[in-house]
Amino acid sequence: MQTLLSPQQLQLTINRLAHQLLEEERGIEETVFIGLQPRGIFISDNIIEIIKTLHAGDIFYGKLDITFYRDDIRSEIHRANQTDISFNIENKTVILIDDVLYTGRTVRAALDALQDFGRPKAVKLCVLVNRRFGREFPIQPDYCGLTIDSNENQKVKVMKDTMEVVLYS
Amino acid sequence: MQLSTNHLLGIKDLSEKDISFILSTATQFKEVLQRPVKKVPSLRDVTIVNLFYENSTRTRISFELAEKRLSADTINFAASGSSVSKGETLLDTVNNILSMKVDMVVMRHSASGAPHFLAKHLPGTAIINAGDGINEHPTQALLDAFSIIEKTGGSLVSKKILLIGDIMHSRVALSNIYLLKKMGAEVMVAGPPTLIPKYIKEALGVRVEYNLKKALQWCDVANVLRIQLERQNQVLFSSLREYNLAYGVTKKILAEVNKDIIIMHPGPINRGVEIDSDVVDSGHSIILQQVENGVAVRMAVLYLLRPGSQFASV
Repeated sequence: MQTLLSPQQLQLTINRLAHQLLEEERGIEETVFIGLQPRGIFISDNIIEIIKTLHAGDIFYGKLDITFYRDDIRSEIHRANQTDISFNIENKTVILIDDVLYTGRTVRAALDALQDFGRPKAVKLCVLVNRRFGREFPIQPDYCGLTIDSNENQKVKVMKDTMEVVLYS
Repeated sequence: MQLSTNHLLGIKDLSEKDISFILSTATQFKEVLQRPVKKVPSLRDVTIVNLFYENSTRTRISFELAEKRLSADTINFAASGSSVSKGETLLDTVNNILSMKVDMVVMRHSASGAPHFLAKHLPGTAIINAGDGINEHPTQALLDAFSIIEKTGGSLVSKKILLIGDIMHSRVALSNIYLLKKMGAEVMVAGPPTLIPKYIKEALGVRVEYNLKKALQWCDVANVLRIQLERQNQVLFSSLREYNLAYGVTKKILAEVNKDIIIMHPGPINRGVEIDSDVVDSGHSIILQQVENGVAVRMAVLYLLRPGSQFASV
């Protein structure tokens, strides 16, 4: 087990992502943030909390579960989590937020799911950890906390209780 | 994560965990039904036949909508107008349909045990019971439970649920009793002695009350059942008018009881018999919410029983 981000580093990275999102997404009123269930929510909650301290106006923030859009449904049934998108995404810039980008299959399913809520102006991806190798779809992050090179036997995990990001081999 | 069964034949076969899993999945499907596009691709490659050997409005439409909102392909079969009238047996009919590559069967039948018979002969096909004779109507019990939880919040533990009317011939009653008992609710049945099975208290662990007013005073939720005249082959009460006087849920009796009781009915309603119009249309009634929730609950059942995970040959 190897620590990729210590609690302090994780806090700094989340801080940086929040600042970067605010800096680059001009017209934050036209931007909506959507955390991906289940593991992206911890990251998105933290990012949104910081954005709210930096920006006085309304922030549109929702949660999306992609269980019903998975492409591995023939082999396994997964437990569905809550989806909560109580605003219109039509013509908005959607920022999808997840913890780890690896194969890209979750993001692919999320893009499918988003279509059922309307036609966004643009969709961007923000991840805490980008695993460079092992992508199975042409999907890349727009905002990224940390990029790592890892192999398929390794696992990246964000530990909520200790506030660390670790790499299991 | 999957259910402990490959079919949904009755609540009797489900574990508490299965029921919770179905209800929590239904909550997520209910959210899907509020979206601008009320459809998900989960069953895109699945074909489902709705075999209805008995009349139905709500259940048939509800299943068909649930299937369509899961992107499944559906075929509807009604016994009247089919080769059943030429003498084709149930198993032959189903085998012929399945040979055209149908993956799941939703069936309603007037014979108790008909879906169990199919499941025994067709173990590789998911069979969903949409009501069999006087035995079970599992999806109705699931949607009733979902509606009670949605209305009252929390769980069913220690909730006092009253079933009123034709307990003897009601499959809704039996499925509800199994489910509510498994989930920790207290159940009472009320109705004329001729419509309540004699040993129900010992067999199913429910309370029995022959006085409607006392029963209503006890309960938090009253589920009013229809008199199943089509299943009664002897006279069990003197007239519908008299039944209404003794066991009809009226505004008057509710006013006398003076308690906030949630009123449910699985439909079809015989207004003026088991329940009066002003009760059906009152603020205490969640009858139309039950119908709305039926689609989400049936989506959950179909999704969790979809072929692929359980069966090797896809």
